[in-house]
Amino acid sequence: MEYLYYPGCTLKTKAKELDAYAVKSMKALGVDFKEFDDWQCCGAVYPQAKDEIAARLSSIRALDEARKEKRDLLTICSACFHVMKRVNFDIASDIDIRTKANNYLELDIQYAGESKVFHFLEMLRDDIGFDKLKNHVVNPLTGRKIGAYYGCLLLRPSDVMQFDDTENPTIIEDFIRAIGAEPIVYSYRNECCGSYSALKNKDLVQNLSRNIINSAIQKGAESLITACPLCRYGLMQNDDLPVYYFTELLAEALGVK
Amino acid sequence: MSASALNDIREEVLRISGANPKKCMSCGKCSASCPASFEMDILPHHFVKNIRDGNIENLLKSKTLWKCLSCFACVERCPRAVEPANLVEAVRLAVIRKKGENYLKVDDIPEFIELDNEIPQQLIVSAFRKYSK
Amino acid sequence: MQRIGAFVCWCGSNIAGTVDIDAVTKSAADEPGVVYSAEYQYMCSEGGQLAIRRAVEEHGLTGIAVCACSPRMHETTFRKTAAAAGLNPYMVEIANIREHCSWIHKNRESATEKATILMRAAIAKLNLNKPLFPGESGVVKRALVIGGGIAGIQTALDIADAGYEVDIVEKSPTIGGRMAQLDKTFPTLDCSACILTPKMVDAAQHDNISLYTYSEVDEVSGYVGSFSVKIRQKARSVNRELCNGCGDCITKCPVKKANSEFDEGLSKRSAIYVPFAQAVPNIPVVDRENCTRFKTGKCGLCEKICGTKAIDFEQQDEIIEREYGVIIVATGFKPLSPERYGEYLYGQSPDVLTSLEFERMMNAAGPTGGVLKRLSNNEKPKSIVFIQCVGSRADAKKGKTYCSKICCMYTAKHAMLVKEKYPDIDVHVFYIDVRTPGKNFDEFYRRAAEQYDVNYIKGMVGKLADEDGRLRVIASDLLDGKQITIDADLVVLATAVEASPDVRALGTMLTASMDQNNFFTEAHPKLRPVESPTAGIFLSGVCQGPKDIPETVAQAGAAAVKALGILSKNKLIGNPCIAESNELLCNGCSCCENVCPYGAIEYTEKEINDHGNRNNRRVAQVNEAICQGCGACTVACPSGSMDLKGFTNRQIMAEVDAICRT
Repeated sequence: MEYLYYPGCTLKTKAKELDAYAVKSMKALGVDFKEFDDWQCCGAVYPQAKDEIAARLSSIRALDEARKEKRDLLTICSACFHVMKRVNFDIASDIDIRTKANNYLELDIQYAGESKVFHFLEMLRDDIGFDKLKNHVVNPLTGRKIGAYYGCLLLRPSDVMQFDDTENPTIIEDFIRAIGAEPIVYSYRNECCGSYSALKNKDLVQNLSRNIINSAIQKGAESLITACPLCRYGLMQNDDLPVYYFTELLAEALGVK
Repeated sequence: MSASALNDIREEVLRISGANPKKCMSCGKCSASCPASFEMDILPHHFVKNIRDGNIENLLKSKTLWKCLSCFACVERCPRAVEPANLVEAVRLAVIRKKGENYLKVDDIPEFIELDNEIPQQLIVSAFRKYSK
Repeated sequence: MQRIGAFVCWCGSNIAGTVDIDAVTKSAADEPGVVYSAEYQYMCSEGGQLAIRRAVEEHGLTGIAVCACSPRMHETTFRKTAAAAGLNPYMVEIANIREHCSWIHKNRESATEKATILMRAAIAKLNLNKPLFPGESGVVKRALVIGGGIAGIQTALDIADAGYEVDIVEKSPTIGGRMAQLDKTFPTLDCSACILTPKMVDAAQHDNISLYTYSEVDEVSGYVGSFSVKIRQKARSVNRELCNGCGDCITKCPVKKANSEFDEGLSKRSAIYVPFAQAVPNIPVVDRENCTRFKTGKCGLCEKICGTKAIDFEQQDEIIEREYGVIIVATGFKPLSPERYGEYLYGQSPDVLTSLEFERMMNAAGPTGGVLKRLSNNEKPKSIVFIQCVGSRADAKKGKTYCSKICCMYTAKHAMLVKEKYPDIDVHVFYIDVRTPGKNFDEFYRRAAEQYDVNYIKGMVGKLADEDGRLRVIASDLLDGKQITIDADLVVLATAVEASPDVRALGTMLTASMDQNNFFTEAHPKLRPVESPTAGIFLSGVCQGPKDIPETVAQAGAAAVKALGILSKNKLIGNPCIAESNELLCNGCSCCENVCPYGAIEYTEKEINDHGNRNNRRVAQVNEAICQGCGACTVACPSGSMDLKGFTNRQIMAEVDAICRT
């Protein structure tokens, strides 16, 4: 498949390594991708209210660009994936939102949700395949006990995200296995870390992150991986476990770090 | 606030949330699932009931508005497909869309960054989206 | 030319409150063919019927148009009235000016206009009515019961006791059903097997009952009084005549790893097995998927050691063809699998059980010998949490929309059984509402709460977390208005009752209608609760909707009585409103045959005399005994040769014309 790679705001600033390792890994894996050079921020949170049209427009621009390029939109940051996928769903399923958004954008051709949005992990699972990914691994992370942290944005709501089983997801565990490490399954891996309230309510983030990290430690995890810069920030508020971006470990395993 | 103004807000909340609080059977699975519930003054199931009953005024002042994390655990697990998070979001919008009611102000930001230079851009953008208009 | 009488009913204020009865009656008098019109307060009353009979006599009426309630209510009444007055009962038409008119309109003027139009249509049709004469058909004096649980057993016993032969077809190797799996029954806490097994034995020993276990219904055709059924008796690989039930084969079978269906997968069984000790019949079955002999050709140990030479690996499925007058569906239920509610860790943690699994664990003959333990470490639990309404009372996207009705009671039962046996175990029940309508039911639940100290908590559980080797239950306590956590060692999910999964295919075979939840629909939810809308098909037990054992047994008896109502007749009067083919017009295309849901149409080669022009043609013929008068063929027929008696194309068009006339 051919991808239009959408990095998003944080990957070009505080989470440069998430981006850099993703790009290196994609090259090592021979992924056909083109970086979206004129991207705009997705807005970071999905606008739930049906009348929030303007807040959806930047995502629609990216989705429309993917359509023009005849490529699938590839995201890494959990928030970008969440926002893009849900806005795309709205455009396809809610005629009111579609009409109003198109009226604003005045595109040459109406956008009606034609593009497909993928997360980097979905690309690994569905396009490359974890079995094949294993063959590319030159430096297996043998012996490392890694807990997958999913958080909320990748998974919920399941009827729109269709990413994995929301309560018992396995995609990141399969990824961990593919790069030669041992996945540690723990109960709080799909519980929210609360990080977006970090500016106003740091205590909440610390409490929730502690629950998550304790749950992971208790099952034997020595580190966590995530796809979300915001989650990583929140989880790092407790320094009991190192938290890595999954692309960093991927690049390491592929020998391109 | 007058009864009719409150009713207008209720109508607006129902319209923009797309949720139907009448479907709720008050099982409390939303409140059980909510990671932030221990900081809320009005639990999610009670929030839904208040909208159903038209008790809007206390919702406008509720701490719950600023505690909800939009993690969608309530939406995912609700057996009745009520979507409590959408209702909280709609009431939150009803508050911040009014002049002078922003929960986060632009002037606050430099201080946050000064305190913690590791704050990701995503956090600032999302906090603005959630807390301000 | 017809001489029609039009009769307009007030139905008290039901119709007269919205429709101007006088106006409708007057305008009826002007309709073609009408020689008399009248109104009456209650047309269905004896006075109303008498008025009709007098009018027939006095005015020499040939047809009656009654403007009243739905024909579903009183069409039969007025047909009988017509017959009593010496008319053919099919010279009656009903204009539904209540359900279709007065009940759904508020405006008197428009309701009156609509009532007038409906009246006109009925009269226009009646002008073309012809007397119809129903045929008769015989009754095969034998009943088929599909399903051998307590519902099927009870229905079969009641029919058999009344002197008629019954066959029970049960898909598993034994009769007994779900009730055989239960440990105790509410609200008396008596042993389920102790009250069920005598009935199983009664059924097996009854002269009038034949059991077909490990069997399924393959094909059904025919109609009330005369159903033809093909029963597939699956190969047991054991000769039923020779086997003496000694059980040596089971003991010697080297395969011990197959999941026991009876123990809900909590224990293992051999490849040749009987489901449980009191199984009826006590004849083993070889599970060919797990048997080494069938998988690899080796082994055959059971065959070698069998003293009566009963093992027969070559045995084939046997098809039994038999005729029945009535069929009773008693297919029961299965508990919904809670795997889709991943937050409850079912299938992820061995310490999360469904209620039926828990039932097996509490049973002395169950997988743990009645000892309550955590399957993760075989230790006795210190704390047990029961979660109610798992999959019930949900939005259609999220589960079953109905209340499963029995879970509140069996959960109270489970809680009490635990406390009775292990008073030191903490028992918590999370509920939304405790629903206990039934004799001695609420008292039973209160006993759990008051005497046994079961901790009832109002609120749903959000999630279970597997933490430190225990199950952290994260839940709401709605009466305290807060989130709580309880560390449990065992969690039991009260899963929704779900119709048996393969029952949809059976419903299609029987042409018996089902609802969106795969429960069989009753002919009338209040007044005909044990009959399917399809004549001759009756409903027994949970196949019609969730119910407990006493209700199931009551319904099973009721279904038997309704079935006996047919079995005791020698002749059934048919419905004369059936299809007929005009052989002169038929082009032999088979469209009608393809759409007929009852298989009532056959084609024959026949010499047709078309105005002196004789030739051999292939033409459709309707089997009058099988046709149910649905009319599908008349719509499908491209040449217009198929017509429905009593609802001919001409009659329908006359109605449409009357409605469109201004």
